[in-house]
Amino acid sequence: MRTDHDNRRVAGYKTMALIRHFDKKAVNLQRTGRLGTYASCLGAEAIGTAAGLALTRDDYFVPYYRDHATLYLRGVPLHQILQYWGGDERGNAFPADSDARRDLPYCVPIATQLTQAAGIASAAKLRHEHAAVLATCGDGATSRGDFYETLNVAGVWQLPLVVLINNNQWAISVPRGLQTACASLADKAVAAGIPGVQVDGNDLDALLEVLDDALERARAGKGATLIEAISYRLSDHTTADDASRYRKASDLHRAWQNEPVRRLRDTLAEAGLWDAQRETDWQQQCERTVEEAIDTYLNLPPAPATDMLDYLYAELPAALRDQRSALAAVDQEVRHG
Amino acid sequence: MAELQTHSAHAVPMNLLEAVNRALARAMAEDDSVVLLGEDIGTNGGVFRATEGLKQQFGCRRVMDTPLAENLIAGLAVGMASQGLKPVAEIQFMGFIYAALEQILSHAARLRNRTRGRLSCPLVIRAPYGGGIHAPEHHSESTEALFAHIPGLRVVMPSSPARAHGLLLAAIQCPDPVIFLEPKRLYRLKRLPVVADGDPLPLDTCFTLRTGDDLTLISWGAAIHETLGAADQLAADGINAEVIDVACLNPLDRDTLVASVSRTGRAVIVHEAPGHGGMGAEIAATLANQALLHLRAPVERVTGYDCPMPYFQLEQHYLPDEERIVAAAKRTLAY
Ligand SMILES: Cc1ncc(C[n+]2csc(CCOP(=O)(O)OP(=O)(O)O)c2C)c(N)n1
Repeated sequence: MRTDHDNRRVAGYKTMALIRHFDKKAVNLQRTGRLGTYASCLGAEAIGTAAGLALTRDDYFVPYYRDHATLYLRGVPLHQILQYWGGDERGNAFPADSDARRDLPYCVPIATQLTQAAGIASAAKLRHEHAAVLATCGDGATSRGDFYETLNVAGVWQLPLVVLINNNQWAISVPRGLQTACASLADKAVAAGIPGVQVDGNDLDALLEVLDDALERARAGKGATLIEAISYRLSDHTTADDASRYRKASDLHRAWQNEPVRRLRDTLAEAGLWDAQRETDWQQQCERTVEEAIDTYLNLPPAPATDMLDYLYAELPAALRDQRSALAAVDQEVRHG
Repeated sequence: MAELQTHSAHAVPMNLLEAVNRALARAMAEDDSVVLLGEDIGTNGGVFRATEGLKQQFGCRRVMDTPLAENLIAGLAVGMASQGLKPVAEIQFMGFIYAALEQILSHAARLRNRTRGRLSCPLVIRAPYGGGIHAPEHHSESTEALFAHIPGLRVVMPSSPARAHGLLLAAIQCPDPVIFLEPKRLYRLKRLPVVADGDPLPLDTCFTLRTGDDLTLISWGAAIHETLGAADQLAADGINAEVIDVACLNPLDRDTLVASVSRTGRAVIVHEAPGHGGMGAEIAATLANQALLHLRAPVERVTGYDCPMPYFQLEQHYLPDEERIVAAAKRTLAY
């Protein structure tokens, strides 16, 4: 008989497979000039998926730029994720009824999202919410002040915060060993007086266990946790990068032996929860879902030029009225040729 | 344009610091979502005492002493504001705000725009700015132009207790991020009447402090003090200067400035910050663009020198004084 846990693992696998497919298509879109620079999550599917499964509707998610799987599970449609990477800010207008309704958008300046997550956790604590805040970052981000400042205040203020490091071994071309002399990134929690946990970032089950515990601890008012998920970035840093300049092919080859999607599929098959037929059906479904998202993305009407001013202030300041009129004239011209 | 607040029966004399304190207390009493954070703001009431008594009144959950990390303070405030709190963060001196610039420029100023209005960032960052109190190095700068350059921010600089009170209330109510720079030289200078239960003052608008037909003196923050003194000196010589307190540097109320200078034909802009790339340049460009045919003399600027704020032995030479302002006014009149 299938348990809830089994169902969750199968759902996790389906998301990971879907996101793997989405990621490949997104890179293709970029290569054919239909998407801007894109940050792949190849190799990080288990981390993003576990995060999405462990979060509840009342929690808050503070992502960095590789968290496509999590945002998707929070209810952000795939076409909006493409919009974001396609240079259309409407991609950040997360649906008002989704779990992501209060989440922060992707963050590009490294580690800056972490101090903000501490602020959200402070707000949640102040309001006595039974909610946790999950913030993610890469291993490079752990070198920045924001990272230390966040752990430090989370310890002092007992914040309902979980910081999840995707230690994919690289910050663009700089290996983890040049980032810190610390034996493990999880050890960095020691200085903040909070627990630090290392987990295999290619193992969905292990990730879920660690995240469930840390998030529940946070919700229960017992304070913050640092989690280091160890993975390997199987892609280039972004589509603008060429990792062969600094990374040995043999290392990459070795990393593929342990990649998270196939690993979970094999585990589920062994447990009788997955088989070849289901795999074929699901791959077809992934193809359809992603094609639909791409279609929607490619066929969206362009954003009006006035958009660049319309969301800047709650109300358009008088000082900007002339500039808005100029942009409205541009829109008029676009509409009427 | 806004006129000076009229004195009322409810007016109580306060210095600028007390006005800030009263505005914070009132905003916190009226709205539970207003919280304060910063270094030493709790038990100590802030190094200038701007938050004196507020922890006792509102508790340590709403008046938070943070670890010593300015970037953290700004990041915390962005996070809190993103979920509907109204954080008012204190940066102890403007000279220490630079660690927080990334959070302010890359996040506070842009959150609303980036999320298409889904999230907004109604925070206030207060910082004492400027020279004239013999403070150590890094305590006396006025770099308001850095912030005024950034779309999405409001930059407010009060120059009297009443405007500090009314504009701070407005800043806290404002749904957008506001950088609120307090002229610490004026903190304890004078007690002037403040209507403690009066309405917030409008943002995005200049205040005409004195009307006149001969020329327009334009300034903000602490320099308003010398500017008004210069206007008195000019009046003694029979020259009537209009004095405008810009008060909100972004968005800038160009209409009031252009209307005044179109009438007087002459303008002197006075600010404490270095002239190069300063707000005076923006205003001069606006006047050149929108009042050119009314101008009867080149627009003059009286500013700090293009150097870091000197240590206090020289700061009086750096700060624009009445003499420099009067001399500039007379040059424009003689042109
Ligand atoms: C403050 C800042 N500095 C530099 C960059 C340029 N940059 C973008 S990603 C990156 C590496 C980040 O590595 P890591 O935190 O390990 O995350 P990963 O991309 O490996 O997932 C750098 C240097 C940036 N975005 N922000």
